[in-house]
Amino acid sequence: MSSNVLAEGFLEALNLLMSMDPYVMDIIAVSLKVSGTALILAALIGIPLGAFLGLTNFPGKALITALLYTGMGFPPVVIGLFVFILLSSSGSLGSFGWLFTPYGMIMAQSIISFPLVAGFTMTAVMGVDRNLIRQLKSLGATKTQATIATLREARLGVLVSIIAGFGAIISEVGAVMLVGGNIEGATRVLTTAIVLETRKGNFGIAIAFGIILLTIAFIINFTMLRLQNKELSGNE
Amino acid sequence: MNEEFTYEIENISKTYAGNTVLEVEHLSINRGEIFCLVGPSGAGKSTLLRLMNFIETSDTGKIRFLGNTYEAGSVPPLKVTREVTTVFQRSALMTTSVWNNVIYPLKIRGKNITDSEVKRIENILDDLGLLKLRDQRADKLSGGEAQRVALARAIVFKPTVLLLDEPTANLDPANIDIIETIISKYIEQVNSSIVMITHNIFQARRLADRIALLHKGRIIEVNSKNDFFENPHEDTTKDFLSGRMIF
Repeated sequence: MSSNVLAEGFLEALNLLMSMDPYVMDIIAVSLKVSGTALILAALIGIPLGAFLGLTNFPGKALITALLYTGMGFPPVVIGLFVFILLSSSGSLGSFGWLFTPYGMIMAQSIISFPLVAGFTMTAVMGVDRNLIRQLKSLGATKTQATIATLREARLGVLVSIIAGFGAIISEVGAVMLVGGNIEGATRVLTTAIVLETRKGNFGIAIAFGIILLTIAFIINFTMLRLQNKELSGNE
Repeated sequence: MNEEFTYEIENISKTYAGNTVLEVEHLSINRGEIFCLVGPSGAGKSTLLRLMNFIETSDTGKIRFLGNTYEAGSVPPLKVTREVTTVFQRSALMTTSVWNNVIYPLKIRGKNITDSEVKRIENILDDLGLLKLRDQRADKLSGGEAQRVALARAIVFKPTVLLLDEPTANLDPANIDIIETIISKYIEQVNSSIVMITHNIFQARRLADRIALLHKGRIIEVNSKNDFFENPHEDTTKDFLSGRMIF
């Protein structure tokens, strides 16, 4: 029975993709738009923050680092709840009118993703040889130039941070369900579509969406890793 | 201002966690000389080099560098600090090609790598036996090759002062010979100063014009190479040269 459902789902996925089903294409587009934009925002905040934390020492750094690590493990649905309250008509950001729109979903996913990007970037930057940073300064690099070179040295770790950030939001359902509302043609993404189709008993379509989701995640991760292919060689 | 000196150091000191590791009353470095710093481990040699490279600042005193005086705690402008660089004992290279490592100082200075520049850089690489490795990843090099890349990267922008912190420690004789040859050639070609820390007194004898002995953060003796070895003034220097120095 279950293998039949899986096989049916796989065939359904192929069928939906091959036929470029508008309903499915729309959901894929919303998923990529929301999670892609959220990831860009998270990277724009998280990478500089991670680099700053990795390269400097200041009073309170331990507290900020602890908060960041807490954020890395924060349940997305709780972040969704906070964002929901903020964006609701009585919330402090209610005037934006972002609740049940992709903007609200992007906001929630950015908040979920940025601690992961910042945390992994910080760890990667801290792993760069201190002697190299000293050497770059000795060669005449400005602080900015030394930071850029350090980030380049930590590029594999930074890439991992982006992949981790992306993985956390593309597969996330609680926050986007709360903040987006799963509105067809507007805020329905792959994860919320899976929940909906499962509830309706359309296991085939739900599995098809699951397979599409996994495929997208795999293609994006594989492409990003291919970009850094040389970095993956072992230390034999 | 005395243009014959690249450095004139007066009464500088450096203290870490209440422990004074360096106290130098006076030291001047002549333009065009190779000046060797010798002394036991923990004597303050590397600390002195870091202050001369302005990576750190002294707690007291002043450093006159290229005609301008910098009081304790003050850092010269970037244009001035870019006239000096250090090759450290451990070559810290970026995980990119040898070529990208070597041109890095030129790139951060906004220099265009023209055809003639490419030729000049290739000549430096050739002198150091690195030309065939120019496209190889720097993190795949041997220790000797990596240190030669570090030296190429340091001299490519023709710094007025080249500081060397035990650049040949742990290297085999062939690599030591290549590096010493380039150091001698560089000082002839560019009217610069080289300050070099070495634990190898034979190396100091081969390369230095003058030598200073540092011990417990203080300069014990500064002398010409010949007098340092043949006619040292201080008993501590005699002890150091005979291997009797008590750490």
